[in-house]
Amino acid sequence: MSNATSQNETVHRVSFLDRDSVNIPILKILQADGTVYENAVLPAIDEALAHKIYDTCVFTRVLDERMLGAQRQGRISFYMTCTGEEASIIGSAASLDNDDVILAQYREHAALRYRGFTTEQFMNQLFSNEKDLGKGRQMPIHYGSSELNYQTISSPLATQIPQATGVGYSLKMQGKRNIAICYFGEGAASEGDFHAGLNMAAVLKSPTIFFCRNNGYAISTPTSEQFMGNGIASRGPGYGMHTIRVDGNDMLAVLAATQQARAYAVENNAPVLIEAMTYRLGAHSSSDDPSGYRSKDEEAKWQQHDPVKRFKLWMINKGWLTEKQDSELFEKYRSEVLAEVKVAEKLPMSSVDTLIEDVYDTPTPRLKQQLETLKTHIKKYPKSYPNSEGSV
Amino acid sequence: MAEINMLQAINDALSMAMETDDKTILFGEDVGHFGGVFRATSGLQDKYGRDRCFNTPLTEQGIAGFANGLASNGMTAIAEIQFADYIFPAIDQIVNETAKFRYRSGNEFNVGGVTFRTPYGGGIAGGHYHSQSPEAYFTQTAGLKVVVPRNAYQAKGLLLASIRDKNPVIFFEPKRLYRANIGEVPDGDYEIELGKAEVVREGKDITLLAWGAQMEIIEKAADMAAKEGISCEILDLRTLAPWDVETVATSVKKTGRLLINHEAPLTGGFAGEIAATIQEECFLYLESPISRVCGLDTPYPLIHEKEYMPDALKTFEAIKASVTF
Ligand SMILES: Cc1ncc(C[n+]2csc(CCOP(=O)(O)OP(=O)(O)O)c2C)c(N)n1
Repeated sequence: MSNATSQNETVHRVSFLDRDSVNIPILKILQADGTVYENAVLPAIDEALAHKIYDTCVFTRVLDERMLGAQRQGRISFYMTCTGEEASIIGSAASLDNDDVILAQYREHAALRYRGFTTEQFMNQLFSNEKDLGKGRQMPIHYGSSELNYQTISSPLATQIPQATGVGYSLKMQGKRNIAICYFGEGAASEGDFHAGLNMAAVLKSPTIFFCRNNGYAISTPTSEQFMGNGIASRGPGYGMHTIRVDGNDMLAVLAATQQARAYAVENNAPVLIEAMTYRLGAHSSSDDPSGYRSKDEEAKWQQHDPVKRFKLWMINKGWLTEKQDSELFEKYRSEVLAEVKVAEKLPMSSVDTLIEDVYDTPTPRLKQQLETLKTHIKKYPKSYPNSEGSV
Repeated sequence: MAEINMLQAINDALSMAMETDDKTILFGEDVGHFGGVFRATSGLQDKYGRDRCFNTPLTEQGIAGFANGLASNGMTAIAEIQFADYIFPAIDQIVNETAKFRYRSGNEFNVGGVTFRTPYGGGIAGGHYHSQSPEAYFTQTAGLKVVVPRNAYQAKGLLLASIRDKNPVIFFEPKRLYRANIGEVPDGDYEIELGKAEVVREGKDITLLAWGAQMEIIEKAADMAAKEGISCEILDLRTLAPWDVETVATSVKKTGRLLINHEAPLTGGFAGEIAATIQEECFLYLESPISRVCGLDTPYPLIHEKEYMPDALKTFEAIKASVTF
């Protein structure tokens, strides 16, 4: 019987453990000026990988900036940015194999981009047109692609966490040397699903990386009202899980930690918990106004830790990037996004027939009958149903 | 009397409940200083302090269980579930615990002091997970009261009655009316009795029944029907559990016809329960089959929201079909 108590020392006086009993170091490799800390051990990264990472950073910044703008102009109904968290998301995604399965929360579109989701595909989803892989059923930002092993986003928080445990276990059972990675916020980590998912992963030895983006807020709720323990990382050892805390604004630290976490998960068929300490620079979503709950000073302070700028400085120091190339990259993506917006917003919506598809593998007789009744109705009043007027 | 919107009316009711009963505790995701994502709880933390109005960690299961614990020990708990779509993580606590506390303990314990408030419904381009109407999951569970207001005046009176009711209540707030519905609301304390339907408009050819946000839909349909010479009686059910069979049956006996409209999917929706009961109560009075105009049997879609919705046009068509049956 291996029970936790068997390895522990015995004491004969009451003494409690508390928050400070768990001391969790934080991995930092890259300094704000783009130089690395003395003695830091760098992740595996060459010029090509650095460029791919930086390219994804720039694309994501541009996408977020432009699409938030598009939302403000009423061209799309909703948007969410990952501004400030690019290093956490891209650094981890860049450590994976393409066959590793990603289960994201909703703010991880940069990981999908890293996998190869095209600008056009982003736009099709955001504009809910007929080419959207999700057939226009979910709000903007609920991307997914089976080709890219990126499971479609579901809004209910934390549901993806125990699912990731199952995906990881399935990869193990299928004899693949792959893992599942699951992203979530520190807010979502309060859900029961978090406990269920991590506990099962540890007990059942599921090769899964649980990647927490601790960005300081869950909508308006600061971490001080979310949990009292030492962050999310402190829970890893409690589940019997390999755990690391990294500076989430440090691309190289995230890359190093995730590379090694992945290697460990594959070698040992075991889960790993990573907590990336970062900050949500933007609003929670396009429906949110953070000025109601946090100060401009606080935001300004975090602007100094901009993860993209830090990584850029590193690239420049290495001689891998120039300011000129950098601004050209921004320009390239600005015009690409703009061009794709124009195409995507002109495409029609999915036909009304798709309304009853995918509820089951094939529409039931009752669904077919409901569709027929609906179409007859639309034919009578086509102007009242502009999204399907043309498809009946 | 002031002209205020539904959110302000809800805020007013919450404040009054906290004012008149200092054992009242209000909590949920983002409800503290920020005042909730819809701002229904604005200013209440300032007024009543952080011990009585606060943010919880992000766990509906925890929120519901915590509410049960508070109420089982003599407090009044008002818990906000940020969107009705996110009530499902709490479903075990609500249907197995909240609903059965009194029954299973032989009334040794009860959680009558619990009220769950939650915004429900579509028409706001919210897609799958910000538009559902999950009331039928709860009307199936004995021990819960289910209440849905249709305007600012009702929101205040019904919410106060729900909070003070000796039974747990799930109070579904029609979010598309939050800011859209503005009306006269008394400043003072008042309650609207639970379990009573309201006859909103008298008519003689057909009874139209709905609740919450769908009330304005059936009223619009009734106006369209009036132009064709059809006179509709309009009923607002207001409380779904326990529902007012008598008022509905009386109306149907008068008009001979019934149309029920709700946004939730048709199959397994609460309209089915009403139709079956009224058919029993009024069989010999019915001139045509009871008609249901409801959401489709699909998850709530985004781009085809208009098609999915049981709107005024569909209701109007169903009214005509019923009277010409
Ligand atoms: C089960 C559930 N409850 C509530 C919500 C509403 N909601 C959406 S995002 C959010 C905050 C999430 O915070 P966090 O997990 O820290 O992620 P972040 O937004 O900071 O990236 C909330 C409460 C939801 N989507 N699902």
